[in-house]
Amino acid sequence: MSDIVKTLHYDVDPKDFDSVGEASGKTKNVLRQLGFPPEVLRRVAIAMYEGEINMVIHANGGTADVEISPKQIKITLKDNGPGIPDIEKAMQKGYSTASEEARSLGFGAGMGLFNMDTYADELNITTKIGVGTTVEMIIRT
Amino acid sequence: MTVSDLINKLDLKLVAGADGLDHAISGCYICDLLSLVMSNSSSGNVWVTVQTNINVVAVAALTDAACVVIAENSQLEPIAVSKADKEGIAVLSTHMTAYEIACKLKDVL
Repeated sequence: MSDIVKTLHYDVDPKDFDSVGEASGKTKNVLRQLGFPPEVLRRVAIAMYEGEINMVIHANGGTADVEISPKQIKITLKDNGPGIPDIEKAMQKGYSTASEEARSLGFGAGMGLFNMDTYADELNITTKIGVGTTVEMIIRT
Repeated sequence: MTVSDLINKLDLKLVAGADGLDHAISGCYICDLLSLVMSNSSSGNVWVTVQTNINVVAVAALTDAACVVIAENSQLEPIAVSKADKEGIAVLSTHMTAYEIACKLKDVL
């Protein structure tokens, strides 16, 4: 799109529960500086944070790319993880395959994809077993 | 009411994030599951939890929580203390349970 005002790129570290949330936190700060309203910041923060967590818990990290334009924020999360065998099941509220370690830290509520679907205007998931998953979310402003 | 006022009224201990002491408080949310906190808490809330890892600070920052109250004398992890100081998220500690905190908050908020 020609009206993109800014693009952001982050590497999401594998298995690093201590840095998860950095990409979404930085993105939120950039959007705040650009003057987007609080509700847009909130929706982007929730959707992107959930995606980041999923990449750390289920895949071996990955990349997060953000395209910011006046009318929409597009977030693309790409990993080379195991893929999602049953997307329909994974989308269900409360369904989780998170590890005990992740659960002990307060993750694994089975709300990740559900929240992403709720707070993004568009959610597209492309996944292939053994190859990886790409999640594309659009949040309209 | 600010975070400073809350510390005085409920006899809480500041363990990190002194730059957040002047944040205004509007309501409370209690939960230990981060996805629920992300989704259901509101800006300006006091967030009460027994989670103590660094992700608590990340979620508090993302949701614009006024402050975090760690219940039952749980100890915030050192790496989380550093992040809370950096982000200016006030983290408070108390011996009270989440229920006891909620009862007291009802009287002061």
